[in-house]
Amino acid sequence: MTSAAGSSGRTLLPGRLIVVEGIDGSGKTTQIKLLHKWLEAQGQQVFFTEWNSSALVRQATRRGKRKNLLTPTTFSLLHATDFADRLTYHIIPYLKAGMTVLADRYVYTAFARDIARGVDARWVKDLYAFAMKPDVAFYFKVPLDVAVDRITSAREKIKFYEAGMDLGLSPDPVESFRLFQGRVLEEYGRMAAAHSFQVIDGTRSIDSQQQKVREIVARLFDKRRLTEAG
Amino acid sequence: MKAEQAPRQFFGHGLPYADIEDLKGTLITIEGTDGVGRSTQVRLLKEWLEVQGYGVIETGWTRSELMSETIGAAKAGHNLNQLTFSLLYATDFADRLEKIVIPALRSGFVVLADRYIFTAYARSVVRGADPAWIRSVFGFALVPNMTLYLKIGVDELIPRVLHSRGIDYWEAGMDMHIGIDLFESFRRYQWRLIREYNKMSREFGFVSVNASRSIDEIQGRIRRKVQALLQERKTQALTENLETLRPLLFDEEPRPQGRVETAAPAPISGVLQT
Repeated sequence: MTSAAGSSGRTLLPGRLIVVEGIDGSGKTTQIKLLHKWLEAQGQQVFFTEWNSSALVRQATRRGKRKNLLTPTTFSLLHATDFADRLTYHIIPYLKAGMTVLADRYVYTAFARDIARGVDARWVKDLYAFAMKPDVAFYFKVPLDVAVDRITSAREKIKFYEAGMDLGLSPDPVESFRLFQGRVLEEYGRMAAAHSFQVIDGTRSIDSQQQKVREIVARLFDKRRLTEAG
Repeated sequence: MKAEQAPRQFFGHGLPYADIEDLKGTLITIEGTDGVGRSTQVRLLKEWLEVQGYGVIETGWTRSELMSETIGAAKAGHNLNQLTFSLLYATDFADRLEKIVIPALRSGFVVLADRYIFTAYARSVVRGADPAWIRSVFGFALVPNMTLYLKIGVDELIPRVLHSRGIDYWEAGMDMHIGIDLFESFRRYQWRLIREYNKMSREFGFVSVNASRSIDEIQGRIRRKVQALLQERKTQALTENLETLRPLLFDEEPRPQGRVETAAPAPISGVLQT
């Protein structure tokens, strides 16, 4: 990722950006919450931001979803707008202040989902050229069946776009979800090496995953401390 | 091959899932800075085309079903930055392109777009966006058959805007904090925008129209240009039909019913002599 569109280089951002990625039901949200607790207990200043949560496009996104107005391209652009707004207000200022920002999903979610929806892969990567590279990107890897089981048992109903119903893969929401998430999973697999994801086995116990996550984050903090001291 | 006859294509990485092979209609875009008189000209052009029997669909900047309210609210709130500003426009544009422009072109309409991606380019670039980035974002835009450019200098623009509706916050680029004086900010911001349009005019081959003339004179020139384009499109469609018919006409084999009568929408006026 470059820092096109005028965003600042990482040298001006003393904070740390840690992101979690994975398909729905991979357990990443549980893990980032535990990480958040631990960092705060260590006395760190932490700010949390999650995907698709800015007020700027909330109304348009809701409207688009409710009326099934969204195409793969408008879906992608709305999420990019949301992301740009959060980057401006919820990520960059905190990094400038030297805080740790935890992001539940980052640009990789957009890459995986939008490519799975059929937009041009080069286009969506250029679209997010304004985003900075995170310090660590955790990828919670689970087999498709595990994710589908977790989601179907935890929720009454899978949402239209979450199941990729807009793609017409299957009229059955669970089957559509399986097919769509399968595609998303493939895209994550393709990105893992190129974007140096820290891959965590999401089928292991919650505490052993968390231990691994904390080790990696601790190393990141030590490394920074050493470079700052030296 | 002239630019107007170019096969339908995207500016950059397009919409892989959209079929744009068979877009019979004609896409005409009208560009020019704020207050230059675009909407008046679009309205007159639309009327004239309809009188001749063309089906016309008009689409305007930020008028999409998905985004118009959101953009209005965001502009009112003054909390946009260069990135979100560009992306909101791109979302609005994509919604109109996929829901209005492409379907209308497929059905053979003349689509008149009041502003096109060049407006986004100009506004983003004067706000400091990376020109390569903004162009890649709008890579999914269709290359229009013709871009009419209402060209004006900033000193002629000012009295026109002051007489019609006054200076608006965004049209003065007040978000750029060029200065606190509305008039000065407007002048400088519009000067920069016009400079961008002029640069693009050369690069993209706009059909430039002197917008300091009277409404009628401007409309006259626009109509001549559009007339010529539509004639060309008809000739082109006819030639293509003849090409597909050639083997049928000159073969001994029995052939299915010809579709030449139905394929080309009947020209209304200024019929081809060939």
